Amino acid sequence: MKQIIFVIILTLLSNSPLFSQDSLMSLFDSPPQAIYTQATFKTTRVVLGQSVENPGKGNLIFVIQHHFGYVNKGAYDFFGLDQATIRLGYEYGITDWLMVGIGRSSYGKIYDGNIKMKILRQSSGKKNLPFSVSYFGSIGINTLRLPDKTINYYFTNRLVYLNQILVARKLTPGISLQISPSLVHRNLVETPLDDNNIWALGAGGRSKISKHTSFNAEYFYVFSKQTASEFHNTFSVGFDVETGGHVFQMYVSNSQGITGQNFIPGTTGNWLTGDILIGFNLTRTFVLNKPKDFKK
Amino acid sequence: MKKSILSILLVILVTPLFAQRYMTKAGQVSFYSDAPLEKIEALNKQVNCAMDTESGLFVVKILMRSFVFEKALMQEHFNEEYVESDKYPNATFKGKIVNLKDIKFSSPGAYPATIEGDLTIHGKTRPVKVKGVFTVTNDGIIARARFYLKIGDYGISIPGAVTGKIAEKVEITPDIYLKPLK
Repeated sequence: MKQIIFVIILTLLSNSPLFSQDSLMSLFDSPPQAIYTQATFKTTRVVLGQSVENPGKGNLIFVIQHHFGYVNKGAYDFFGLDQATIRLGYEYGITDWLMVGIGRSSYGKIYDGNIKMKILRQSSGKKNLPFSVSYFGSIGINTLRLPDKTINYYFTNRLVYLNQILVARKLTPGISLQISPSLVHRNLVETPLDDNNIWALGAGGRSKISKHTSFNAEYFYVFSKQTASEFHNTFSVGFDVETGGHVFQMYVSNSQGITGQNFIPGTTGNWLTGDILIGFNLTRTFVLNKPKDFKK
Repeated sequence: MKKSILSILLVILVTPLFAQRYMTKAGQVSFYSDAPLEKIEALNKQVNCAMDTESGLFVVKILMRSFVFEKALMQEHFNEEYVESDKYPNATFKGKIVNLKDIKFSSPGAYPATIEGDLTIHGKTRPVKVKGVFTVTNDGIIARARFYLKIGDYGISIPGAVTGKIAEKVEITPDIYLKPLK
């Protein structure tokens, strides 16, 4: 009899929930993994200059970049709105770390081809890296008609190169900073006194105002003395507005040029005398190559 | 004395048959938002799930970052602005099978089941009741269900600019293949 009771008690004990919900949860514990920082910036540009962001793999971004004229032109030019320079471009993510792009600017009638590579990604957890590093390279082809028909020009005379190393850190979910050491190389310059190589340092950042809006600012400081004496450093401030999958950027800047080859060495506007203009970037993303789980 | 040792042995031998645990780290959960202007679909194939068929305890842990979207930008916005996966990396569900006695985990077949428990997303916990089906096979158990969540219940707000692009109610479809834990 004693034994039977013993068996019953034992059976009851063993049938009681041995595992609590939390002990079941602990089955999922796994060694820490590297967590890569995402969305350092909302889109591929800080304002005018490139950011460390790339389009996702298989994603094509169509970009319309538009600059009006200087607001200090007064009412006759409707505060700059009568004039416009525009760049149309495509950016495609071959992989998550490699982007290729093409574009055409009305300013200087420049066609450009570019490439952006993510070299390092900011991460925490198992792998700790405090910043992201990308390379951006671009070749511009100036297609303006030749100024002097008596001189023999070569095709290579039309090429302008831009090389940038982009170093960015997302400090907090809302604040990101970036510095962009840049080199512009012009194969042909107007006079022997002009610089072929122009060194510059870009610095920019964003601060979120709300979950879907951020305030962005960007400054490019030109080191090359001759260029710096004739042109102005580029300063742009604006807002990023994200509207469900698409990003709209609106800003004011002193640069009429839109690509780095144009604005780094050639900004003529001076903020102090009111040479500022309104600009915007419109982007639309298309998924050309869907992730494999979404292929029907 | 001999008898009691025998009965202890019997209890120990028999117990594992009842106290059976099943788990996976590769379950699937998809969600679908059907708004007038945009349909959003995401899939997570790294869902953690464990179940104790004896007590009926059923738990799920989802790493929010592992949801894959068709558009990379949507995935970024999902993590950045909606579920805030930096702050709230995981979604968890801690529940219990209500009709445990109707399910014979020992014999293959499909059994309708109801699970009640607490679902935590975006740091907010809400009680939920999910109706689904357990399909018992020789190798394991497949848990399938389909239910709806109001994203507002979890403190996730839809800004004015994207109303019409994100539905108030999203459809959640777990499809989890659990294997016995050795």
